Amino acid sequence: MNETSQLSYAFVVFISAIFTQNILLSYFLGLCPFIGVSREVKTSFGLGLAVIFVMTTTSVLNWVAYHVVLEPLGLQFFRFIMFIIIIAAFVQFVEMVIERYSPFLYQRLGVFLPLITVNCAILGVSLFMVIRNYSFLVTVGYGLGSGIGWFLAIMAMSGIRQRLANERIARGLQGPGITLIIAGLMALAFIGFTGVLQGN
Amino acid sequence: MFFTVLIAVGVVSTIAAGLASILVVSERFLVDYGPCSITVNGEREFTVDGGKSLLSVLTGEKLFIPSACGGRGTCGLCKLKVLEGAGPLLPTEEPYLEKEERESNVRLACQVKVRENLKIEIPKELLAIQEYTCKCTDIQDLTHDMKQFRFELIEPKTIDYIPGQYIQLLTPVYEKSSEEVYRAYSISSDPADKNIIELVIRLVPGGICTTYCFEYLKVGDEVRMNGPYGDFSLSETEAPMVFIAGGSGMAPIKCMLHEMKNTGNQRKASYYFGANKVKELCLVDLMHQFESELADFTFIPVVATPEEDESWDGERGLVTHAVERNLKNADTCEAYLCGSPGMIDAVIKVLKKMGVSEDRIFYDKFE
Repeated sequence: MNETSQLSYAFVVFISAIFTQNILLSYFLGLCPFIGVSREVKTSFGLGLAVIFVMTTTSVLNWVAYHVVLEPLGLQFFRFIMFIIIIAAFVQFVEMVIERYSPFLYQRLGVFLPLITVNCAILGVSLFMVIRNYSFLVTVGYGLGSGIGWFLAIMAMSGIRQRLANERIARGLQGPGITLIIAGLMALAFIGFTGVLQGN
Repeated sequence: MFFTVLIAVGVVSTIAAGLASILVVSERFLVDYGPCSITVNGEREFTVDGGKSLLSVLTGEKLFIPSACGGRGTCGLCKLKVLEGAGPLLPTEEPYLEKEERESNVRLACQVKVRENLKIEIPKELLAIQEYTCKCTDIQDLTHDMKQFRFELIEPKTIDYIPGQYIQLLTPVYEKSSEEVYRAYSISSDPADKNIIELVIRLVPGGICTTYCFEYLKVGDEVRMNGPYGDFSLSETEAPMVFIAGGSGMAPIKCMLHEMKNTGNQRKASYYFGANKVKELCLVDLMHQFESELADFTFIPVVATPEEDESWDGERGLVTHAVERNLKNADTCEAYLCGSPGMIDAVIKVLKKMGVSEDRIFYDKFE
């Protein structure tokens, strides 16, 4: 593929990662913070931004680690351990830097970093990029798109939950129960995007 | 094959070691906030190395703040007031704090990091929580699966607690468990004996701590415990009381009865104690002794299904039925329940039906 078609392919993957292949609503990855931290729009916003940042950067880092180190040595089977180590170390490092140098950014974004270190959506993005054999450019688009997709999903969910806060909900369904049902309905709605783009 | 394994292990170890050393070095330079002093309630002051969470620093200083999630910011239990030095409220704390709490500087200790000098306020009852080293001085069989353990405090020598509270007993590493675990047990001793803690423990088949207590703990052994915790306690009203318990739920009720005797409490009280068989009843003599020592106290043991060779002329059936049959003027009573969740839920249902309002039912569920 030449560079222009690479770029347009990356763009297609980017868009499809947001809508048709939404990492949360089509693959149900990263559900734990999605259910746990979606009570308020403000909190979800911070968490969503943190996820966008971490997904994009770690998928790029892991792409480099995979293609520069693991593949030449024939150690592809080690990618699980490798990716987890890299994600954990990187997130920890970023948290330390932010905390030290930007209290503002730390308060908005930094506090969420430990929550998503061991998030399966982050690892999932890195693994999908390997399975689907994405090039570097496409990986950037995929990581960013997946992050934005996750961000949109949690923003929508927290918006709904904030409105629900004053509604009467059957006792057995309060909290995670109703949240999972809403997530299911949202996933159904996102199925409506299927067929618009097939970018994998 | 051998070669691949060697390279694989080598490469992964190198990368992991490299990343780890980057983290260690950067932590050295980035997270070094120098010594910070923490002032508690304007009285006690101590200095710690900055950079860790307030919760872990306090635990290190043996100030135990309740926390169920291990500092991940999901239980909202480790609330305390931070008057100075905490920085702005973090979004991870907001969902757990009410408006009034935010205004009075309440924070979650696990989310606040120690970066500068702090001034904090810890509620008095939490300050009373300490770690105790004790020696087991007596083990007594109560029934076939319940024992009463008596411990003498060595360091600190005395404990102050509210009857109804519990302690957490540390089970050390032993043959059947490779890690230290804490389990909560209600205190059953006479609160007047300030250097004694007595526990009534029922054997849980396969339980780490109860197996340790029943099969390994010997008179003369040293154990560690911390506490006291919990808000199950006698109210200060004059309403007649009904105690309802089963199994090791005997423990806190016994402690409360001692307290009533010590303080000359004149309230009318009755105590329904449920067991399946006659041989599962315990401390019956002591309870009858309380009947003669307390102003107006009746002990009503209830046996569900006495075995054929057991003679029993007392109450039969479930404890809930006995309460329904015997409790008069239930709507004026306060109820104190202690035992398994199933029993407590059933009793609460019956009491409500008999007209006891929910705010007069106090309970401690043994889960």
